[in-house]
Amino acid sequence: MTSGLIIRTAGRLIVPLIFIFGFYLVAHGHLTPGGGFQGGAVIATGVALILICYYYKDGMEKFSPAKNFKLIEAAGLLLYICTALAGLVVGSSFLFNWLNASGGLFGHAVAYGINAGDLFTAGIIPVLNFAIGIEVFGALSVVILYMFAGLGETTREEDEAPDPALLRKGKKGEKK
Amino acid sequence: MTDSTSIFPKKIVVLLVLLVTLILLLPAAGLTFGDPSTAVTDQYYIQNSQVATGANNVVSAIVFDFRGFDTLGEACVLFVAVLGVAMLFRRVRK
Repeated sequence: MTSGLIIRTAGRLIVPLIFIFGFYLVAHGHLTPGGGFQGGAVIATGVALILICYYYKDGMEKFSPAKNFKLIEAAGLLLYICTALAGLVVGSSFLFNWLNASGGLFGHAVAYGINAGDLFTAGIIPVLNFAIGIEVFGALSVVILYMFAGLGETTREEDEAPDPALLRKGKKGEKK
Repeated sequence: MTDSTSIFPKKIVVLLVLLVTLILLLPAAGLTFGDPSTAVTDQYYIQNSQVATGANNVVSAIVFDFRGFDTLGEACVLFVAVLGVAMLFRRVRK
């Protein structure tokens, strides 16, 4: 598999912006369109772009292996379940919004009606958004990493070597 | 070309599919779509979701608060799907 120099160079520039945009989608899930599923998928796209830009074999030396992403995925699901179970202890029922309007983290009072919104409102909804975001990011990254592992990829040396077709043309030109 | 693995002839299968489609479409013909008086749940969510959950985004309020258990199921489905992929792509020692 070869991907062009343009994709590799542009990808390196875009990857941090993709991560920031994915984090924004997750963090503002309770205020703007988006949420955990969408933001997690966007962040996983950034992981796929990293693997394309920096080569799978080079990347795996510095990048965390699939095992770590499995842990991240399980941690996200556990965070969701624990937050939901905490509602059973603190409040009245499973998934009870016990952080809402409590005054603590994400517990600011909401301005009712049409307003721009406060980031620290909505109780457990942002927490669940983060849990789902972490889980989707881990899950899709695991899928991408496993599929990249079975892919026949060219190495950096092969990509940077001059094109044999161009070499042949140059030799013909020299003869003339 | 006849399919030897199929139990029924092709014409009967096509007729059956058409019949089931018609049966399913019949009750839908009596429904009134877009009638504001039938949208009781919609109105409840639009008017009360900000008060009840504190989230400005009504979709998020429904997905993570009113239907939070459904989202937990979705997350579990994703988890199981990744388990399946991990099993399919695992390295087998020959």
